[in-house]
Amino acid sequence: MSDNFALRLYVAGQTPKAVRAFSNLRKICEEHLKGRYSIEVIDLIENPALGRGDQILALPTLVRRLPTPIKKIIGDLSNTERVLVGLDLRPRRPNS
Amino acid sequence: MTKSRLERSEIRKSPTGIPGLDDITKGGFPQGRPTLVSGGPGSGKTLLGVSFLVNGAQQFSEPGVLMTFEENAAELAQDVRSLGYDLDKLVEQKKLIVDYIHVDRSEIEETGEYDLEGLFVRLEHAINQIGAKRVMLDTIETLFGGLKDTGILRAELRRLFRWMRDRGITAVVTAERGEQMFTRQGLEEYITDAVISLDHRVHEQISTRRIRVVKYRGSTHGTNEYPFLIDRDGITVLPVTSLLLEHGAPNERVSTGLAALDGMLGGKGYYRASTVLLSGTAGTGKTTIAAHFLEAACARGERCMYFLFEESPSQLIRNMRSTGIDLQKWVDKGLLRFHADRPNRHGLETHLLEMHHAVETYDPDVVVLDPITNLMAVGTQADVRAMLTRVIDFFKTRGITAVFTSLTSSTQTLEATESMISSLMDTWILVAITEEDRKRNRWLYVLKSRGMPHSNDVRAFNITNQGVVISEPAKAKPTSPKSAKRKRK
Repeated sequence: MSDNFALRLYVAGQTPKAVRAFSNLRKICEEHLKGRYSIEVIDLIENPALGRGDQILALPTLVRRLPTPIKKIIGDLSNTERVLVGLDLRPRRPNS
Repeated sequence: MTKSRLERSEIRKSPTGIPGLDDITKGGFPQGRPTLVSGGPGSGKTLLGVSFLVNGAQQFSEPGVLMTFEENAAELAQDVRSLGYDLDKLVEQKKLIVDYIHVDRSEIEETGEYDLEGLFVRLEHAINQIGAKRVMLDTIETLFGGLKDTGILRAELRRLFRWMRDRGITAVVTAERGEQMFTRQGLEEYITDAVISLDHRVHEQISTRRIRVVKYRGSTHGTNEYPFLIDRDGITVLPVTSLLLEHGAPNERVSTGLAALDGMLGGKGYYRASTVLLSGTAGTGKTTIAAHFLEAACARGERCMYFLFEESPSQLIRNMRSTGIDLQKWVDKGLLRFHADRPNRHGLETHLLEMHHAVETYDPDVVVLDPITNLMAVGTQADVRAMLTRVIDFFKTRGITAVFTSLTSSTQTLEATESMISSLMDTWILVAITEEDRKRNRWLYVLKSRGMPHSNDVRAFNITNQGVVISEPAKAKPTSPKSAKRKRK
């Protein structure tokens, strides 16, 4: 059941951080979740009301909608290791 | 030249609509700028901010956005409903937007660069939806618990306050009081226009809330700590009246209800709108003398209000009936109203506020506070004095003649006791008892009476079933407390 990853990436316009976050995410997904993920990009500048549902504060924010529970990763996703931990694809190291 | 300087020196203000607060801030919070409200847990800062928004939306046509980082919107709406605020209705009317941002560190992973643009987008969206002029951020410091990178957070907060300022938003930002700073995270560094501090302390098991304007750039403001109340009507900051000595001084005189006592006061009695202190040890007849005054006032058709801090109204009515004074008659005619309250039931400012409410509703010409000493036991000397000053100001501004009875304990010197309040009194009548030949004799004399000639006699009196009967000036040398001072020719 934890096979399919439904991911949402919240951004506000095509900022360098947003672009970086998206390309980092694509790379990580292709490497670790190939064939079992979907990415939905939500631009809050176009749809500001959508920020409410997922309690978006920081940008960029990656939300793992599925599998539950919901997970959030903020930042440009430049640290692959931490993204994998955040997505529960790697065990959290005891000292982190 | 002069004009531009004037314009510069007087910053525009957004009224809070909170009674008293607009007085001490001389008009409200700085318009188009953020105001920091700091205080400990339960100090009332959220309520203050919500009042600012609700009043803005309801009274000043300034819609508001409440962005809360603390509770969820439903809980908050419920909390403030007990104070008469219906947030849901305001939301429906598009005068208010409540947005809730919850940050839980445990469910957030941070990797790489980010900013708080999400917050900006949401805030802007909310502001644009209803044309908001006011914003409340409650309590933004919570973010420090949710995000690890405080460097980013601080930079973003700085940007946020500048952003709101650029948009002309009048904001209230609440914060927890820090140990060394006004706020835990030193938000006062970013918000320098106005800083309000709230405090909640307990003295002798009675809690008092206080508010202070710590800083207000570009404006004068009251610098004291002012007590404030949270009750079913929301927040009220005292003073509810101004503290200026501006009340008029009528020349009209009113009878004390006792011809002989009128005689001792220049033949005419008290000044209207003056303050009268009746002091003495227990059982000397202070209340009876006050009741005579009430009776006379009611007979003139004036409205009287009797604040009781010791007896119940029915007890007082019964006791006065035994001296031939029928207070019930005036109650029935609607000319006399009682307000009985235990002094230690709540703090001084609640008493003060209740007196205000009662006086404003009933609009009396005469009030009696009996005994004021019980009330004085509730707070510290300074507090009591401050409160009495306010009460007296309030009475005088309304043209009310006020009689205060004060119980002197038998171990105290008669005249020394009231030093705390005597200066607030225009007329001071002292009542005493001495024992002689196995009889207790009552005496009274006028210790002071501003602005009128008054007798220096010490006069004996009795309380009979026809009320107080004051004897003619004694021919024989009486053994009264003041006998030493009296020189007979």
